Amino acid sequence: MTEEGARNIITPEGEIKLATRDLNLYYDGFQALKAVTVSIAARRITALIGPSGCGKSSFLRCFNRMNDLIEGARLEGEVLLDGRSVYDSGVDVAQLRKRVGMVFQTPNPFPMSVYDNVAYGPRLHGVAGRAELDEVVERSLRAAALWEEVKDKLRQSALDLSGGQQQRLCIARVLAVEPEVLLMDEPCSALDPTATFRIEELMLELVQHYTIVIVTHNMYQASRVSHYAGFFLLGELVEYGETVQIFETPRDRRTDDYVRGRFG
Amino acid sequence: MGNPQDGEAQLVIARSPARARREERLAFAALTAASAIVVLPVLSIMVVMCWRGARGLSWSFLTSPAEGLLAAVVGTVFLVLLTAAFAAPLGIAGAVYLSEYARSGPLVRFIRLAIINLAGVPSVVYGLFGLGLFVMLLGFGRSLLAGACTMALLVLPLVISASEEALRQVPRGLREASFALGATRWQTVRNVVLPNSLPGIMTGIILSVGRAAGETAPILFTAAFFSLTNPIPRSVFDPILALPYQLYVMATEAPGVPESHKWATALVLSALVLGLNLAAISARARLRRARRW
Amino acid sequence: MRRTRQAFDEQLAQLEQRLLSMGEFVEAMLEKSARALKSQDVKLAQEVIVADDTADDMDIAIEQQCMRLLALQQPMARDLRMIGTVMKVIGDVERIGDHSVDIARSAIKLAGAEYFKPLVDIPRMAELVRTMLRRALEALVARNLEIVFQVVELDDEVDHLWDSLREELEEIMQRRPEVVTQAVALLLVAHWLERIADHCVNIAERVAYMETGRLETLAASHRADYRPSDRSPADDQ
Repeated sequence: MTEEGARNIITPEGEIKLATRDLNLYYDGFQALKAVTVSIAARRITALIGPSGCGKSSFLRCFNRMNDLIEGARLEGEVLLDGRSVYDSGVDVAQLRKRVGMVFQTPNPFPMSVYDNVAYGPRLHGVAGRAELDEVVERSLRAAALWEEVKDKLRQSALDLSGGQQQRLCIARVLAVEPEVLLMDEPCSALDPTATFRIEELMLELVQHYTIVIVTHNMYQASRVSHYAGFFLLGELVEYGETVQIFETPRDRRTDDYVRGRFG
Repeated sequence: MGNPQDGEAQLVIARSPARARREERLAFAALTAASAIVVLPVLSIMVVMCWRGARGLSWSFLTSPAEGLLAAVVGTVFLVLLTAAFAAPLGIAGAVYLSEYARSGPLVRFIRLAIINLAGVPSVVYGLFGLGLFVMLLGFGRSLLAGACTMALLVLPLVISASEEALRQVPRGLREASFALGATRWQTVRNVVLPNSLPGIMTGIILSVGRAAGETAPILFTAAFFSLTNPIPRSVFDPILALPYQLYVMATEAPGVPESHKWATALVLSALVLGLNLAAISARARLRRARRW
Repeated sequence: MRRTRQAFDEQLAQLEQRLLSMGEFVEAMLEKSARALKSQDVKLAQEVIVADDTADDMDIAIEQQCMRLLALQQPMARDLRMIGTVMKVIGDVERIGDHSVDIARSAIKLAGAEYFKPLVDIPRMAELVRTMLRRALEALVARNLEIVFQVVELDDEVDHLWDSLREELEEIMQRRPEVVTQAVALLLVAHWLERIADHCVNIAERVAYMETGRLETLAASHRADYRPSDRSPADDQ
């Protein structure tokens, strides 16, 4: 990275939860990420913005090793959670994914009841007692601001819920396994504006306890909710800093053009 | 609507609305005729069968131990059930492996090729293979067991293909959600993928059931025998009467069998297959209603 | 390839143009009021007073356009800073217009009697201040920080003139009490010119913010080591 490039990637103050060092990601020879070095602050919302196909989602999926599921994916460099590499030989991937949860772009509730959806994760990890599960389900649904709307419909199919409710259900499902990090891959793209604002509100509540990294096409959303923002272009992290700096006085011309919507 | 430029796809556009309407009617007529050509033989077979078979049908014919079809019906049913019992777990497991676990590579390509080829092997070859392996080498003798094993091999490609298709229908997002919660691959398959692909898997089993009931050649050397004393198999090592074989022998070799009996047998066989199919289809429909996305 | 948001770019250019028009209009008011004072032309002075309504209308219209752009276009980064700058600058320009009116009113008041001495410094101040206004608006259009620096330098000159003029008039008022009324009026005029100069410096500071993203009082840039190269790196590319 050039010195100028390094200047445009700041390190947040305070506790660092996630980090990468010289991360390169290849899909069957195509390089999706180029030497990405960045630190993500704990209990803050970090937004990743940039045009489609520039590596933001791929980058996100490095933290919970979801890229392992893609054939032909190869990774160089380091990905760190609390300072330790997630690709260490001793790492239990299932446990990692418990600590680092993910919410996807299109809400993907299981075709089961609301209750069973939220209880899925805890059951996977050994929680069996009825009372315990009830408690976890209620706690998670409350944390996802969904409890009041579904408390009488716990046995109904999750697919009967609206889009926004389904996405909050997916968030509750992740919260049920008590993660430390929430990775959100364009969580609001499939939702209408009202549902989007509710999720943003939820994020601002959750960030008190969780580290949140959100990939979004909607840079206005990024400007509304995030504390830190990173601009990805063609696999490169062009600029990274406090959100107010990225959107008010970006350092790199490309960032400037992108946030002003002048991308040709 | 100018002349197409180089490289532009050439659309076939009618020159006038009237001409378009005429072409539409012509196409509709041609397609209807084609469908009729397909349907008519089936209909005529069924009509003839019902007409002639009904005459020979009677309770005594069905149940009489001497000439009746009871044993054959029972034999066919046992055969079908045992075949399904063998083919279903194997086929589903194979499909799960191919769909969920296998990494693409020469081995997997070879396996898929083998499955496709197996589907094209003539059923009599299966019969011979079954004779050599199950009847003789493994010493099952001419038996229900040998017949079911052979038949299971025959329908296996069917079950694998249909199951794989069903598994593929399960949206990727569901698997991703499961993995992202920390599930292992097997947990994901067992809790999310399989339950949601059951209807499709049932389709494969229904199809294999239909095949198993109606095929003659595989059981020719391995399971079936002809008898007029109507014995019901007592164990899997007993040979069986089977409707297809019974019909074959009646129609070609056995002397003095009345026409109406032959048609009645055919009718019963068709009814049995239809009945099995309907049962399986209704089971699938019930599964579909219970679990939808 | 057609650049995206061309319509928005055109609206921003139009906004800038309207600001310039207002600036030119107010500069004309300033020039006329200074001339009216020097040549004791009452009619000219009245033109200036009437023109203030137009200047106020321009202020309001431009502000409304800024608000509309903020509401509808979600501007970011330099676009956002530009619109914010325009909104602040029209305030300064409008005040310059008001002070020009004050000078014109003084001209009318003083038109009755002959000046106790020919006006030299005041017209000189007025000329400097006009230049400052022109330069400040040039800087905005050209996005040129060197011109901003020039405006600040001129302000130093204006300040010196103001100081010396004040001393001179104090001394005259003590020596010749009979000309106190005139002297006081002229003192006020000089004061307004000095205020106009400050407004021009404000405009210059806003231009600097628009470019660098840093809002600084240019008193800091009175330092000898201030360099135009302190602009934002994004703008060099």
